[in-house]
Amino acid sequence: MAMLELENLRVSFPSAEGPVDVVKGISLSLGRERLGIVGESGSGKSLTGRAILKLINRPGIMRADRLEFEGIDLLSRSERQMRHLRGARLSMVMQDPKFSLHPVMRVGDQIAEALRCHERLRRRDVKARVIAMLEKVRINDPEAVARLYPHQISGGMGQRVMIAMMLIPKPDLLIADEPTSALDVSVQATVLDLIDSLVTDNGMGLMLISHDLHLVARYCDRILVMNAGEVVEECAAGQLLQATHPYTQGLLAAVPQMVEDRDALPVIDRSRWSGT
Amino acid sequence: MNALALEGVSIAYGHTQVVHDVSFSVASGESFALVGESGSGKSTVLKAIAALATGWSGSIEVAGKPRSREHDRQFARQCQMVFQDPYGSLHPRKSIDTILAEPLQVHGLGNRNSRILDMLDAVGLDKRYRFRFPHQLSGGQRQRVAIARALMLEPSIMLLDEPTSALDVSVQAEILNLLKRLRVEQNLTYLMVSHNLPVVGFMCERMAVMQYGRIVEICDTTALRTGEFASEYTKELYEASGGAGC
Repeated sequence: MAMLELENLRVSFPSAEGPVDVVKGISLSLGRERLGIVGESGSGKSLTGRAILKLINRPGIMRADRLEFEGIDLLSRSERQMRHLRGARLSMVMQDPKFSLHPVMRVGDQIAEALRCHERLRRRDVKARVIAMLEKVRINDPEAVARLYPHQISGGMGQRVMIAMMLIPKPDLLIADEPTSALDVSVQATVLDLIDSLVTDNGMGLMLISHDLHLVARYCDRILVMNAGEVVEECAAGQLLQATHPYTQGLLAAVPQMVEDRDALPVIDRSRWSGT
Repeated sequence: MNALALEGVSIAYGHTQVVHDVSFSVASGESFALVGESGSGKSTVLKAIAALATGWSGSIEVAGKPRSREHDRQFARQCQMVFQDPYGSLHPRKSIDTILAEPLQVHGLGNRNSRILDMLDAVGLDKRYRFRFPHQLSGGQRQRVAIARALMLEPSIMLLDEPTSALDVSVQAEILNLLKRLRVEQNLTYLMVSHNLPVVGFMCERMAVMQYGRIVEICDTTALRTGEFASEYTKELYEASGGAGC
């Protein structure tokens, strides 16, 4: 049975010319697998991720025919009930550690907070779990790092701290929204390998949101390509290069290659699609 | 002739030395890249050339003349910089017109109206954007404005600090094409900082690889096709970027 069922999701924002649909009727089902969502900025991919956690703030409005997570109807859940699910069972890694970590709270305390919200544990156990989790995300000397503030650690380390924070309550589904776009290539690979191994070891579901087609193809089983709030193509990760939709082909061609013979990169002709 | 020549340059912020003994030269009309991870000091080298980091020793020559440590009008006419983040590098309360007119005003250049219109045309922005504000433009359009601003004084050297890393792949392609076309049209010299090897391969002829504030290797970007590098670190970086299969 699918873990997450989403039918006809719409997210709209009001504007001077009436409400604008930013996500236009997306349906998807996700098992314990790795799903990639790709698209340009403004294609609605991040909003789709947030909508699953019901994190669309006013004035945005989300509507869906069905949003079920492991048989729980999320649409009818109150904000209070959602808080029990968020973090504990559904978790989201945000884009930039610089803005998503609390600037004046020690790293260890922030991770502990994520745990304390959902479980009642003795202080000593909390500390042990935090240190163990930091070790799991491959941070050397976790005891020292837990006492640091976010500005004292590098971007790659910050991202690992965020991942630790999201994974410590052992969620069933992890939504990673551009988890590595603020990081260097070399750190990128480490962070994604880490997410990948944690997902496979714990049998979690992963939804990886990114604008980097090749990266998504490398780490996911299935890929959805989004443009202007709609899914334009769905394919298995291995078949990405055989993608048929002109938008997907355009995105693929726009990436510079290591062995590059083209004088100019092909540019997507935006007038052929609505939106963005 | 060399457009830029650095000899034994070390740069420090306060007491922390971040760049150690860097030497390289960029020929006039060449496109040269500095490659490395964050914290390797590649942006700091650009900042020293642009006099945004003043604590340097060694010698920096721009178009044959030694670079002073102060802001220098004559230097600004020759060399301009484009920054990484188009969301942070444009004044939020100034219109595109004001942003582009400012360098002309500072240098007392006339004919502003036609210069601005020509430049908007050169960077592929429609005239109707002229009196808009940065927040009304998309990331790619903003980066076009930043490039236009840098080109207003008709410099011969452009310092590009990760000009496309904040942009989507599709927009990145547009900006890279634009930079490549402008270089041919206006006979520019580029010194570009990037951590994206395929982008460097597309834009540049030579590159210097930096690690921990030192240059570990200077090579032609044709080496990216084969992956034959002299230093271990470059090979690692190459593998992390996906190698030739990427």
